[in-house]
Amino acid sequence: MAHDDNSGAELAAAASSDHGPENNVSTGTAVVANDAVENPGFPPHRQRVTDLNPKKERTAERTVYTLFYLSIIGSVWAIAAYMLFPIEPENLLSVRLNNLFIGVGVALALLGIGIGAVHWAKALMADHETIDERHPVRGTDETRARAVEIFETANEESGFGRRTLIRNSLLGALVAFPLPAVVLFRGLAPEGQDPVALLNETAWEAGTRLARDPSGVPIKASDVTLGSAFHVIPEGLSEMDHMLEEKAKAIVLLMRLKPEDLNEREDRKGWSYDGIVAYSKVCTHVGCPVALYEQQTHHLLCPCHQSQFDVTNHCAVIFGPAARPLPQLPIAVDDEGYLIAQSDFQEAVGPSFWERH
Amino acid sequence: MSTATASQASASTAKKSGGFTGKAANYLDERTSISGAVKEFGRKVFPDHWSFLLGEVALFSFVVILLTGSFLTFFFQASMAEVHYDGSYVPLKGVEMSIAMASTLDISFDIRGGLLVRQMHHWAALLFVASIGLHMLRVFFTGAFRKPRELNWVIGFVLFILAMAEGFTGYSLPDDVLSGNGLRIIDGIIKGIPLVGTWISFLLFGGEFPGTAIVGRLYTLHILLLPAILVLFLALHLVFVIVHKHTQYAGPGRTEKNVVGFPILPVYAAKAGGFFFIVFGVIALIASFFTINPIWNYGPYDPSPVSAGTQPDWYIGFADGALRLVPPHWEFVLFDRTWSFNILAPLIIIGIFIVLVLIYPFIEAWITGDKREHHILDRPRNAPTRTAIGAAGVTFYAAMWAAASSDLIATHFHLTMEGVIHALQAMLILGPFVAYFITKRVCLALQKKDREIALHGFESGRIVRLPGGEFIEVHEPLDEYERWRLVSFESHAPVILRPNAEGKITNKARLRSALSRWFFEDRIAPATKKELESGHDGH
Repeated sequence: MAHDDNSGAELAAAASSDHGPENNVSTGTAVVANDAVENPGFPPHRQRVTDLNPKKERTAERTVYTLFYLSIIGSVWAIAAYMLFPIEPENLLSVRLNNLFIGVGVALALLGIGIGAVHWAKALMADHETIDERHPVRGTDETRARAVEIFETANEESGFGRRTLIRNSLLGALVAFPLPAVVLFRGLAPEGQDPVALLNETAWEAGTRLARDPSGVPIKASDVTLGSAFHVIPEGLSEMDHMLEEKAKAIVLLMRLKPEDLNEREDRKGWSYDGIVAYSKVCTHVGCPVALYEQQTHHLLCPCHQSQFDVTNHCAVIFGPAARPLPQLPIAVDDEGYLIAQSDFQEAVGPSFWERH
Repeated sequence: MSTATASQASASTAKKSGGFTGKAANYLDERTSISGAVKEFGRKVFPDHWSFLLGEVALFSFVVILLTGSFLTFFFQASMAEVHYDGSYVPLKGVEMSIAMASTLDISFDIRGGLLVRQMHHWAALLFVASIGLHMLRVFFTGAFRKPRELNWVIGFVLFILAMAEGFTGYSLPDDVLSGNGLRIIDGIIKGIPLVGTWISFLLFGGEFPGTAIVGRLYTLHILLLPAILVLFLALHLVFVIVHKHTQYAGPGRTEKNVVGFPILPVYAAKAGGFFFIVFGVIALIASFFTINPIWNYGPYDPSPVSAGTQPDWYIGFADGALRLVPPHWEFVLFDRTWSFNILAPLIIIGIFIVLVLIYPFIEAWITGDKREHHILDRPRNAPTRTAIGAAGVTFYAAMWAAASSDLIATHFHLTMEGVIHALQAMLILGPFVAYFITKRVCLALQKKDREIALHGFESGRIVRLPGGEFIEVHEPLDEYERWRLVSFESHAPVILRPNAEGKITNKARLRSALSRWFFEDRIAPATKKELESGHDGH
């Protein structure tokens, strides 16, 4: 069984023994030195303390079976903990204790087996390294010749190479047959809907009141004090069909700045109300909610990829990977003093898409 | 070989010996021919090295994932129908959420041991991807991907991608705020793809984002399709390990024609089997002490809220970071269509990076033209250019990965967000060059040092005064076994550009010659026998 006393001479003999075509294989750019240092063969075997000292061997044996017994204790403990530490309704501590004590038991059960087995292998099982011979991965010339012959016979007997019309029509059929399966996947999304049209409209309409997110309470212009920011949804959102889909497009941030701080473009002068501006909260990069408002600098920050938008300049991008400003929602005030939308957004909100323009 | 005879002997004793075991073995063998498998594999040799355990960690954590995941499927309900939560977790009582989220909370708070299994599943998944990554680095830096293992590198690479896909689909299932935002980002990325993006997103989500279909669809991918493919590739991967026999590090007595190590029965089986329980146990220990993915703190998905410092699981970080590193305004409208290069550029760059990793074994094989089988692993220093390329790749990945935490780095170290991003942008582009240069020089220096030690021995620290008054430090020679580790490698010389049979120098030959010069121009040859002899004379 012991192979580690192999001498270097034997190894050298094995190395030079004929391994078929492997010996004639190109070495490429490798420099094969003629007077390379020779492999000295295996170093002398060093015995372990457990081989030399019977006392140590007995200690190792004790350690191993103690670990296995500990593992049994761990398993029993885990079952006991399941019963001793039940989860009491509405008691978080009981969840924590349940998790901890079952977990510790299970871990002990597993680690006892694992460490015990490894220690057994390392300290007590025979530690003589053994040797397997390697053979080239390629089949022998004989096997390869036979494989080629089989293919040739098969080709001959079937006429696969000769009857090209049969072969080519079969290939065509094999290419075509999965196509219906691909078409079936059209059913993944509802028919009769155009994603581009859907992406271009939101739940905002002329006259829709701006309401607080998530309570849905309409917001009066007088509620919006200078420097404040509101998370806004259209009033009546919670009653809509597809509430989450509508919300994903319709969320808005409402902020009040000093009117003189706003650099408003001529065509958008009428979109704000007394320094109150409303912008889509969906990032124009990949669609995260742009939820962080820096009151001092009037910057909006997307927490996902750190795009920053300047509220004073129609939410132009000043940093980060986003390319387009956040779309602005034109707002006004109704007779009762509530903030309302003048219309839907004038452009598609959210991340860019191919058909967007 | 005597190993074979030994296993034959043990198989035949199993057949002959009486008692229940013998009869059972005989019964089984007469119906399955199992003794052949025992003979073939029972004493198969596996070399030992700690770095070979990385792949084992990956394999074993995958087994843990399968076990814990199966348990979770008995309780998890992949439905996005809305319910009012009515479980044990008081702060969310009455909150409207999807059944997916509610059932995940039930697993965590109402099923004894459920939280433990859920956390084990998540921790094991993190360990799975991490160990695959480290295993790939080990394989790369030791050149274990060389012939005949190039295809197994490709299979392993596919496993890495599958593992990340499994991670992402699993992460998205609880339908909490964090995973919902992750899906929102995926949706945004898909929409940025020219021509087909809008429709792919529409089909994937079954209508508009978020819809009510995605969790169920991801669940099918997560527990059926992806695991099936993963198990298939894993089996292939292991079959190839058996066919090729494991690589080994250079050492005295080890050659390209042998494998030196411990036989499967009993030592390797005990060690590897024991190691499975250790990996399992460590995962259980972590899961019982450390919370992972506390979705109850995040709440159910709602498109509106998001918390600062949102991050994906670590292995998706590189992709998220790549998105963050794009400078502003990389988007154009051309031909009345939107070209989102702020999304396409990271996708293309990551794609190129991934493909380069995938095909590296073939590139190196083409440059060296070495058609031999390689079973002895390289020490990283003995392949300086490869090691330097690897270091450059790691740096490139690390820059993207760090960018996924740019906001946390900024707040934690009191830096500006812009400063962190700009620094990481610089690191992404310059870092790989710096890493390449430093690594290559370090490798060459280490090789020189090895050569020096092989030829002249090591510094013993013993100072001797010569009769003439001169002080010298005595160099002790290495014994032949230690020396073998330092000299048993091959260096490569660059290809010399020569006209082919038709007297032409093709562009392909030029490219190969240039690449081979890049790879092998700086080389340190191993000490030869002659040099060793003269080395001893000289000192």
